[in-house]
Amino acid sequence: MRYHAVGSFDEAVRISASATGVTRFLAGGTDVLVQLRAGIVQPDDIIDIKHVPGVKDITRRADGGWDIGAAVSGVELGAHAALCRDWPGVVEGMRLVGSTQVQGRATLTGNLCNGSPAADSVPGLMAAGATVSVTGPEGARVMAVADIPKSPGKTNLKPGEVITRVHLPPRGANGGDSYLRFIPRTEMDIAVVGCAVNLRIDGDTITEATVALGAVAPTVMLVPAAGAALVGSTLDDAALDALVIAARAACRPISDKRGTAEFRIEVAGVLARRAASIAYARAKGETA
Amino acid sequence: MPKDELKAGFRLVGTRPNRPDGLDKVTGRARYGADIVAANMLHAAVVRSPYAHARIKKIDASRALALEGVKAVVTRADFPTGLTGEDWNLQENTIAGDTALYDGHAVAAVAATSALVAQDAARLIEVEYEVLPHVTDVDAAMAPDAPVIRAGNADHSVPEGMHPNVVRYIDFGHGDIEAGFAAADLVREGTYKTEATHQGYIEPHACLGQLGADGRGEMWVCTQGHWYIRRMCAAVLGIEAANLRVTPSEIGGGFGGKTTIFMEPLALALSRKAGGRPVKLVMSRAEVLRATGPTASASMDVKIGMKKDGTITAGQVNFRMQGGAFFGMSPIAEALPCAFACYDIPNLMHEGYEVLANRPKAAAYRAPGSPMAAFAVESLLDEMCRELSLDPLQVRLKNAAKEGTKSSYGPTYNRIGLVETLEATMAHPNLSAPLGPNQGRGVAAGFWFNHGGETSVSLQIGEDGTVGVSVGTPDIGGSRASIALMVAETLGIEYEAVRVNVVETGSLGVNEPTHGSRATFASGKAAVEAAESAIKQMCARAAAEWGIDPEAVEWVDGAARPAGENAGKFPPLTIGEIGAKMGGTGGPISGHHESVPGGVGASFGVHVVDVEVDPETGKSTVLRYLVVQDAGRAIHPAYVEGQYQGGAAQGIGWALNEEYIYGADGRLQNPMFLDYRIPVASDLPMIDTVIVEVPNPGHPYGVRGVGETGIAPPLAAVANAVAAASGARLRTLPLSPPKVLAAIKAGQ
Repeated sequence: MRYHAVGSFDEAVRISASATGVTRFLAGGTDVLVQLRAGIVQPDDIIDIKHVPGVKDITRRADGGWDIGAAVSGVELGAHAALCRDWPGVVEGMRLVGSTQVQGRATLTGNLCNGSPAADSVPGLMAAGATVSVTGPEGARVMAVADIPKSPGKTNLKPGEVITRVHLPPRGANGGDSYLRFIPRTEMDIAVVGCAVNLRIDGDTITEATVALGAVAPTVMLVPAAGAALVGSTLDDAALDALVIAARAACRPISDKRGTAEFRIEVAGVLARRAASIAYARAKGETA
Repeated sequence: MPKDELKAGFRLVGTRPNRPDGLDKVTGRARYGADIVAANMLHAAVVRSPYAHARIKKIDASRALALEGVKAVVTRADFPTGLTGEDWNLQENTIAGDTALYDGHAVAAVAATSALVAQDAARLIEVEYEVLPHVTDVDAAMAPDAPVIRAGNADHSVPEGMHPNVVRYIDFGHGDIEAGFAAADLVREGTYKTEATHQGYIEPHACLGQLGADGRGEMWVCTQGHWYIRRMCAAVLGIEAANLRVTPSEIGGGFGGKTTIFMEPLALALSRKAGGRPVKLVMSRAEVLRATGPTASASMDVKIGMKKDGTITAGQVNFRMQGGAFFGMSPIAEALPCAFACYDIPNLMHEGYEVLANRPKAAAYRAPGSPMAAFAVESLLDEMCRELSLDPLQVRLKNAAKEGTKSSYGPTYNRIGLVETLEATMAHPNLSAPLGPNQGRGVAAGFWFNHGGETSVSLQIGEDGTVGVSVGTPDIGGSRASIALMVAETLGIEYEAVRVNVVETGSLGVNEPTHGSRATFASGKAAVEAAESAIKQMCARAAAEWGIDPEAVEWVDGAARPAGENAGKFPPLTIGEIGAKMGGTGGPISGHHESVPGGVGASFGVHVVDVEVDPETGKSTVLRYLVVQDAGRAIHPAYVEGQYQGGAAQGIGWALNEEYIYGADGRLQNPMFLDYRIPVASDLPMIDTVIVEVPNPGHPYGVRGVGETGIAPPLAAVANAVAAASGARLRTLPLSPPKVLAAIKAGQ
């Protein structure tokens, strides 16, 4: 096993492009190190990117959107008041990952690249319309977060590619987002179902809405029909019922040790309704 | 000295001084099993079966042995043959013979110069298996078509015609069961199931073993009982017990699971094969869950007859338990007597079966068998109380066992405190806390025998009057503090002047482990006897100095005083003065006590829990939790409260989310804490406790033992609360959200 502490993403890509065995990028390490210890993966090359300049930065762009470095931890996200004001749902998803200690290391980028359908930060990013900057042997590109997950544990990144930054769009006026997950306990657990809702209102009427579900399909996924169920409504009972039906209809879960398929489908609807209510209240400037 | 009759007046007993181990534990100075190191030490790794049941056709270690740094590989061929009974079970579980009997069963072990090399080498050991049909469920293992795990294991008790996996049958009772049911106004029955759960101690098993070609060795190990480690390792390895010196480390929890061996002989066998170099073996959490001893899974039928006024006229149980692939490991013989132990019931019938299954060899887990039995009986009682609109606590009080009651399992109770415990429960403010929507209250009672056991203690007077106490029961719940308090109380000196040490096997006679809630009772009782013996000697030294009869000296407030007609003739001689001179007055002063103490006092507890159930997700949240339990006497009340809270926390986990989940392939699906869901701190409210003190007349300070009873009531209490909150009566644990939600929906 070779450990590389790189000073730039170019250097990281050079090493990964020439690597022939199993390669892992290391930022927080909260997945890689656990998998290493458990014998799930035995990398030949570990490329540590957390010393690359800028990877710990959170920057507001001129358009009001946000750029978040690949090694920004959950704690650092949570401590950024302006970001939390803009995107509370994105931040609360990340803040649910692991323990206090894990929060000091774990990153949005790592949570995304781990490829888990249950990743807590990914539904919020998808619902927000987040994108990521990717660099690799064939150059740099920007991808939607929604296009990253491929299947459990797999992403659509090409061999040697690494995510350098996460981009959140400008929040704009009258918007709100939220993320809820279901776990049997109160913390230190993995989502049995996760749901993020991001919406915008004009007066009492919802003008835009995006819904993403986690842990109910091979990947975290956007559910356009669920968002559409809310648009044009005032979050009235009929709209909420339509949201619940759309969310449940999109689920393709498995039954496993963490929950049955029926349970996941049922709870996806419950969480969608609850998350939509929180996002709506936030859009109205109410505390929720 | 009938101190048990005293309600107060103790100087130290019942106070809450600092824990003697506290500073070491919070500073990291305490040495746990994995902290032990030795010069020239090797590290071991274990090869484990990935199959639930498989014939081992071939083991090829040549590639592992060729790896640089690898010093030894052992398989079953390195162990003696011809063992029988439990010795054979221990050896077979330590390392598989012809057949791997469960997922995680050890097949080979390797020692190397580093842990990483050992792990790499373990992956290079090639094992050829022939996979056999398996069975993990207790009821399925009894079915006619179940694969036979090992023929010829059943003892004489098993009725003819049963499946060979049924290895033990127990039945007992009293009265006329049919007449009892005929006398009832309401007869109800139900089938209840609990899954296997693990003790979940925070410290994985760890040991450092050294064994030479001459058969002499040493072991440092995390254990509840090092004489058991010595005896079991000696038997498995074919060496002599006295040639193996075993020193216990500080222990990060045991709950019964560290009263036996799992991998310890592997370290010794590897050491012997590696020329006597010390070998360190530390389990991972996955190994702990797969290959140490969880408790049994159970399937239980209960039938109860009750009059309209709540009088229980008859009780009948039929329990089936699997404790893995080895005879004698299920707690069936404990579960049955616990089932109705709380009550005075004229007509009772108990039947129980032990069944083999392709699961790890079960070990003790806090009041073994009692939580399952209480889940079944206390759940059905709750259902019947609701049906008859009776208060569940009043019904328990009406039927409560008391002094003189012939217990459900035979003996007549001495002084016990169930009635006082129920009365204290009824008086607690939690019983009148208002409940909101989707909230419900559940109550349940529970019992544990407690235990005496082989005990040997030594006490030494120091030259400055301080006192060392050597005990053989590892301190897993505050026994050093409570023994120091009792010794200091007896000697009339300060708590801080007594240091209690848990010593190695060469220092004392044989001690049973810290199990059965016995350490404060048995080692404490022996330490008090040892202190009394030392007092006699110190009085004799004073008498000699004063030239009076030893009988004319009394011991008061840490000093010898002339008594009777000599009173006041000489100034008192303090323990420090006697200690300072003892070299010239006859030599060292020590007290010893060896016995299997009688006078064990049973402990009863009552729990009350308020739960809120989310009707849309089936998730249960514990809002309030109350433990009321008879301690006999709380020597150090903070530790007693900790035991009550710990038992409740483990029981809540068992009730709500903990379970061994096996796949269709017979492999454990959740060998990690992510999916083996022990409650996390934020899951639980502060657990309220009330210590009831009905002193045990069999102990000089009234101690009963408090460690185990607290896990008996929670399973039923939580299930009863969930039923009250949601209308969903679940008879199969755990009450995981998918199960509760499905039950709520089925009831709508």
